[in-house]
Amino acid sequence: MGKKLRTRNHKVILNRSAGGDMGITIFLVVLGAFMFFPMYYAVIQALKPLDELWMYPPKFYVEHPTFSNFSLMFKTLQTSWVPFSRYIFNTVFISVAGTFGNLVFGSLAAYAISKIVFPGRKMLASAVRLSLMFHATVTGVVNFLTMSRLGWVDTYWAIIVPAWGATLGMFLMQTFMESSIQVSVLEAARLDGSSEIRTYWQIVMPVVKPGWITLIIYSFKDLWATGSSNYIYSEQLKTFNYAVGQIVSGGIERAGVGTASSVVMMLVPIIVFIIGQSNVIETMASSGMKD
Amino acid sequence: MSEKTASATVKENKPLGKKPVARKDMSKVQWVLKEMKRNYIAYVMCAPFFLIFFTFTILPVILSLYYSFTIFNLIEDEMWVWFDNYIRLFLDDDIFLIAVQNTLIFAVIIGPVSYMLSLFVAWFINELSPKIRAVVTLIFYAPSISGGATTIWVVFFSGDSYGYANSILMRMGLIETPIQFFQNATYVMPLCIVVALWSSLGTSFLSFIGGLQTIDKAQFEAAAVDGIKNRWQELWYVTLPNMKPQLLFGAILAITSAFGFGAIVDGLAGNPSVDYCAWTIVHHLGDYGGARYEIGYSSAIATILFAMMIGSNMLVKKILAKVGQ
Repeated sequence: MGKKLRTRNHKVILNRSAGGDMGITIFLVVLGAFMFFPMYYAVIQALKPLDELWMYPPKFYVEHPTFSNFSLMFKTLQTSWVPFSRYIFNTVFISVAGTFGNLVFGSLAAYAISKIVFPGRKMLASAVRLSLMFHATVTGVVNFLTMSRLGWVDTYWAIIVPAWGATLGMFLMQTFMESSIQVSVLEAARLDGSSEIRTYWQIVMPVVKPGWITLIIYSFKDLWATGSSNYIYSEQLKTFNYAVGQIVSGGIERAGVGTASSVVMMLVPIIVFIIGQSNVIETMASSGMKD
Repeated sequence: MSEKTASATVKENKPLGKKPVARKDMSKVQWVLKEMKRNYIAYVMCAPFFLIFFTFTILPVILSLYYSFTIFNLIEDEMWVWFDNYIRLFLDDDIFLIAVQNTLIFAVIIGPVSYMLSLFVAWFINELSPKIRAVVTLIFYAPSISGGATTIWVVFFSGDSYGYANSILMRMGLIETPIQFFQNATYVMPLCIVVALWSSLGTSFLSFIGGLQTIDKAQFEAAAVDGIKNRWQELWYVTLPNMKPQLLFGAILAITSAFGFGAIVDGLAGNPSVDYCAWTIVHHLGDYGGARYEIGYSSAIATILFAMMIGSNMLVKKILAKVGQ
């Protein structure tokens, strides 16, 4: 190679021009600012006292930051008929149980579909793919009938069990298993007498870690946002998001509480996200699964 | 860089179980049964997921396909009417035709652009160190996390002079009176598209990032030796072929969200939007299924939407087959 090699942190990098790096950085900064702005705005709004919240012209920064919105939110929530902690518990329970089941059941099925050749495999795989493209509005009616037949109306199960069978989670795991596991590794495991379950758990799952972390992040985020549901009537079973919605609907007087609660709603998925993403380290470097 | 060396750097990645043995002494049914018995563990592994999946996804879909040929209002028994619902949709429902047109406009713009945006941003930030990458990913994923974040855009483009956009434009002297952004048909569609793109870095974006992580670094070095000259060639000949399953996954998500577009319109311009200017198939579906209880008719709408998505998925698959060639 005639040209001088560029390095980054003393490591040689290939095929990266300085001009390209520059252009991409500028693109990312501009787009990132646009993407991040609303989250910044939400936080800023939550820190504004009520008079600043309604100031004209509106400002993109806060002059006298205060946590009064947050304390007001907790105060309001404490006056609710069902204890505030109950709403939190419901949301946490639904999010954790739903995500966990989706991950376990989805990845088990994904392993069988993508790595074992058995009659019916193609049919099941295309049923999953096609069903993603059917819009859910119409299926609501039938599902309600099923739920009442099963006696699950007004229980947690009505929300958690469908999450276990969430198509996207299974499809995502299948995607990652197809792209990142070599056949030769599995064949070696089979020759050594490893059972399918063991191969799944000890060989495949560690390699597809980026896949299941992605699943955890988005599934948790979606379930965390569970608001009012057609299946739940009892106040004790309702979620944090629902409770917050009720408070915020109090209008202008509750505007401050509304801004605070939207930040609190975001906080937990963000924490899950950060823990998850910083765990997606260079899996391949250590596992050596690809030959 | 010839095509041959490029494809050689990408490993064959087909699932491969125990090799089926060709038998002449048994019929096909017998053979299938034997295979099923030998691979019983696969059915055990599939059982929990597919049991739930069939109950809550496949069953409603099949029933909905059936209802699309009937008139059904949830109270009386359904009445089989053959293709009446479909005929009514195309010959007797002007608003549906507006919805189809709007949906196609939204889908053609939002689908490809959001897909490309997810892919390129994921690829660009893949070279950052893990800690920084987590932060940058969060910045780009922020719109998806902040849930009902469309409200901020409602505030920003609010129709009175309290709206930021109006306030800024008025102070700059560009306009005299506030613009009713969400009540004016010329602004609604572009604004909806901008907000849709803004929130488009979602699950497929995350899966692209994950997919990039699973690519073996040695392949890039091998490719550089083979004569890959710059990052774009590397992307096309090495990176993308290695993450084809994720590309397909992202494509399906892009299609479903682009054709299923509607929630963002509700959040911004209300339902229905002024003069049906941003009325989509999903709105029409919700209108007949949720508000008028015409289950048969709304099922027919859902079936047409389904067919549109399948069609575009086949098209996208053909395009993705060309990746790396």
